[in-house]
Amino acid sequence: MDLSLNEEQELLQSSARDFLGANCPTTHVREMEEDSIGYSAALWQEIADLGWAGLMFPEAYGGAGYGFVELCVLMEECGRALLPSPFHSTVLTFGLPILLAGSEAQKQHYLPAIASGAMLGTLALTEPSASFEASGVSVRAEARHGGYVINGTKLFVLNAHTADELLVAVRTSDEGGPENGISLLLVPCNASGVETTALSTIASDRQFEVSFTNVEVGAEALVGELNQAWPILKQTIDHAAIAKCSEMVGIAQVAFDMSVDYAKNRVQFGRPIGTFQAIKHKCADMVIDVDGSRFITLRAAWMLNEGLEAPKEVSMAKAWTSEACRRVCAQAHQIHGGIGFTKEYDLQLYFRRAKNGEVFYGDADLHREVVAQEMGL
Amino acid sequence: MDFSWSAEEETFREEIRDFLKAELPAGWNDSLVLDKEDDEYIKIAKEFTRKLGAKGWFTAHWPEAYGGLSWPFWQHFIMNEEMSTADAPIIGGNGPKFLGPTIIHYGSDEQKKQFLPGIAKGEDLWVQGYSEPNSGSDLASLQTRAEEDGDDWVINGQKIWSSYGHYADWCFMLARTDPEAPKHRGISYFLLDMKTPGITVRPLINIAGTKGFNEIFFENVRVPKNALLGEKNRGWYMATTTLSYERTAIEAPARAQRILNDLVRYAKLTKRNGQTLAEAPAIRQRLAQLAIEIDVSRCLSYRVATSQARDAIPGPEAPANKVFTSEMMQRLAQVGMQMMGLYGQLEFNTKWAPLKGKIERLYLTSISGTIAGGTSEIQRNIIAERGLGLPR
Repeated sequence: MDLSLNEEQELLQSSARDFLGANCPTTHVREMEEDSIGYSAALWQEIADLGWAGLMFPEAYGGAGYGFVELCVLMEECGRALLPSPFHSTVLTFGLPILLAGSEAQKQHYLPAIASGAMLGTLALTEPSASFEASGVSVRAEARHGGYVINGTKLFVLNAHTADELLVAVRTSDEGGPENGISLLLVPCNASGVETTALSTIASDRQFEVSFTNVEVGAEALVGELNQAWPILKQTIDHAAIAKCSEMVGIAQVAFDMSVDYAKNRVQFGRPIGTFQAIKHKCADMVIDVDGSRFITLRAAWMLNEGLEAPKEVSMAKAWTSEACRRVCAQAHQIHGGIGFTKEYDLQLYFRRAKNGEVFYGDADLHREVVAQEMGL
Repeated sequence: MDFSWSAEEETFREEIRDFLKAELPAGWNDSLVLDKEDDEYIKIAKEFTRKLGAKGWFTAHWPEAYGGLSWPFWQHFIMNEEMSTADAPIIGGNGPKFLGPTIIHYGSDEQKKQFLPGIAKGEDLWVQGYSEPNSGSDLASLQTRAEEDGDDWVINGQKIWSSYGHYADWCFMLARTDPEAPKHRGISYFLLDMKTPGITVRPLINIAGTKGFNEIFFENVRVPKNALLGEKNRGWYMATTTLSYERTAIEAPARAQRILNDLVRYAKLTKRNGQTLAEAPAIRQRLAQLAIEIDVSRCLSYRVATSQARDAIPGPEAPANKVFTSEMMQRLAQVGMQMMGLYGQLEFNTKWAPLKGKIERLYLTSISGTIAGGTSEIQRNIIAERGLGLPR
């Protein structure tokens, strides 16, 4: 039992913090909110060149061969910096399922390309039903001419505008309940019949409605076994959820640090407001939220990395961190008073992104129900 | 980053569990549920504590020169975790935890020889004489006086909230020895035989109806010079240093887990309005939330322990965890009461009371969790000021 970072992890953390501090100040974050693409392709290339995109891919596929804990250490830094990038969508939602279930040829084709920054991808999973459960997959893929024809609408798809390919969760069979009959199909974004429409989101990230009208793909588009994709998707969602938790830890840490700093410096009634107990107590309460989130998330990350069954621990982390991050950001606003309520002050950047983290991959209510099931209730 | 236990640690955990299986009375905390101030409980606890003492486990964390067992750090943690999970009847834990290390640090050879063996064997029960009616959170304002008279000290004053005072053999206490000095610098640390003439113990009854703590009156209590521990007027600093010997934050989540497990079992067995409590969505959410909070607290205690294992001083996570778990206990009790409805009213160990009324008892006793050992308000101030550097 040892909850400290090892030397490698500490080095990754400090070098990421330095790089992002220099290359992703909040001015950049604000610029990208107004930008049509939403992130800097040049910065993404630099990130890929640092080896971050392929951080947890095996070296045989152009990666650095690190594990999921290291990835989460990196994600916390990206969360701190509010990094606008296709990292999460490409690496975690697209690259990871291919790593888990792709053929050797698919792995050789996609993973090095992701690691080098040469290609982008994203998972199209959720639909207007807004569910991360198996029953939420209803977009159909009918077998035809040796391949498949896809019809339906996906919603809340990350970065579909710059993805070269989509990995689409489709229903290929109705037999045996919702968890059977789901497949994963690779679809080029410029395929005929694919239409993307930008959504406008609270976190200023780039999410899309993607509609499929008689989109044809060949047999080679299948990733993994026909009708057997749900376990892969479940694993992907678990990893993506914990990575998102790590980002939220970073967001919460910065909102917390800003609040403590503000409390020390803001003077009213002739004294720093941090001398008032109400403010002290709000700051004290944030400690459990921030540190609690960090370590309950790292526990889940560690278990996933060890290949251990961790449904309860993943849901505990997502439930706690989702709410803790929101609480911290809300308290941060209360401590900051009027100035925090302006667009010009940075705090709002964190508050808005916290909501995205909270609802993506299931909110606290959903995950508490999972915990209840795992507890045997 | 490692959340696993080594093979040796797992073996050690089994050893502790085997000991508990062998030495705890049958049905402990299940069919046999006792009031912690019950004479029968005290008898069981004294016996059990002596057995720990005989194995050297009661003071395993002391320096080897004083009987400590030089265990790898995490074994102490595991032992605390298992003892707390089992709700083992240990009495006089303040001896090994606080007093013993203080005597080791500041005591004369004579004092060490006189007091340490009794503590280590679990034979001497010590009561803490710190708080006074007018000195609670502001402990340093204490007024009990100790005056030099020839070769003796004469002590006058009163202490309050002294747990187990009516059973104690000895008392470790703080008294004012220099009324002219600034309040923190005029306090000394004394060790008193409770049989000394002039000491009167008056039990106080708490909200749960038990006489867990006491007032202790000192009327011209005459004690020898060597009742003083360490340097005169340095008592405050000695006492606050020993409070930092608090070895583990694992006790609270371990205890809470046990109670939660009871509530889960109760939820699955109890029907209301045609369904089990376990099927009711609101209850599922509340029980899941408690499970999550317990695990957050557990992870934080691993984190605090990681710092301690490296002899680093833990940051604000340690007092923050205390605040969090004490408030969590109150939530746990309230959720239990919500589940029990009308049955929650039934008193501890009485007819029809579910889980032998453990939840009714916890609901009352958990009020003190956010008050004793440093109130949540004081702890939050400490976290903010000492932990986060916010200005006073």
